Amino acid sequence: MRVREVAVEAYREALPALGASLVGGLVAGLVLGGMRADLRAVEGLLVLVPALLATRGNVYGSFGARLATGLHQGLIEPRVGAGDPRLRAAAAAALANGVATSLFAAGAAFVILSTLGMPVTALGRLAGIALVAGLLSGVTLTAVVVAVVFAGYRRGHNPDTLVGPLVTTTGDVFGVLFLLIAVRTVALLLGVA
Amino acid sequence: MSTTWSVRAITRAMLPVLLVLTLVELGSGLVLGRFEATLLRYPSLLVLVPVTIGTAGNLGSILAARLSTAFHLGTLSFAADDETLAGNAVATVALAASIFPLVGLGAWGLTALTGSTALPLSTVLAVSLASGLSLAVLAVAVTVVATYAAYRFELDPDDVVIPVVTNVCDVLGVVLLYLAVLLFV
Repeated sequence: MRVREVAVEAYREALPALGASLVGGLVAGLVLGGMRADLRAVEGLLVLVPALLATRGNVYGSFGARLATGLHQGLIEPRVGAGDPRLRAAAAAALANGVATSLFAAGAAFVILSTLGMPVTALGRLAGIALVAGLLSGVTLTAVVVAVVFAGYRRGHNPDTLVGPLVTTTGDVFGVLFLLIAVRTVALLLGVA
Repeated sequence: MSTTWSVRAITRAMLPVLLVLTLVELGSGLVLGRFEATLLRYPSLLVLVPVTIGTAGNLGSILAARLSTAFHLGTLSFAADDETLAGNAVATVALAASIFPLVGLGAWGLTALTGSTALPLSTVLAVSLASGLSLAVLAVAVTVVATYAAYRFELDPDDVVIPVVTNVCDVLGVVLLYLAVLLFV
């Protein structure tokens, strides 16, 4: 009988978060579905997609968890205007790690695909796309995570339970959206692949 | 846990893990690359990619978070008849059974709204449900093994298990999507 109770409780707790990420994932998929021409043109881009999306979740999920812990421990104040050095350091670290990991993903994808003899676009283009996408989604997700975690905390919500669904949902949507913008921006700068 | 709040300390704690996880995720990218032609031909399958990855990672991370908490509270034993374990495993499969039909329906519906669906709804549903349910079973196995490994190596499951499980489930999600596409499309 206990098994049933545990299962029902776990199910009820998880369903809203999964529902939110379902909506985010479908919107991200819709954008990706509209990028077929770009994916065909930039060989190797599709290989990069899971790594870039996961980086958003890993970096900004961890940033959000750090903010939640900091709020719980009273290390940071839930106000942006204060210009808290801890908040600034955590945000800068998230942005730097996010961009560095995106660039690493582009470099590694290029090396792996070249080694396997698979078609891949020039390294400069792939790295440029990763850089632009990493910067744009990084700035946006940093702002979204800080705003929602702080606002939620001030209204009495537990920031720990906000971070997961927030980052997976917005991370997927902004991740793919800024990937599209990055591909088109780099195509403007370097010419169409 | 008590990382100092400086860019250098946070980076030192995070970056090595991020780079390893990136290599893991590139593995799932290579699987996507293997059926890129099919994905580009059938847009409803391409729409499935982010939502399958996201749902897969979420199922894993939610289960991992719950098992980690139970582990910290001392209510988790790793016996086959453990009620916390069994209940959470059942819930994970039930969640997959509830969410993945919506995933397939949503992917097909959105593609139909925005243009061309080259595949019938039943095929997209079969792909999403088959990959989702097999994923749930594997996610339970991966999470239990990772939590148990963290316990044996005396690591904090919160630090280790959640990122590992989330990213491994991402990859499994893509692999199972690939297998389901081979089977049904």
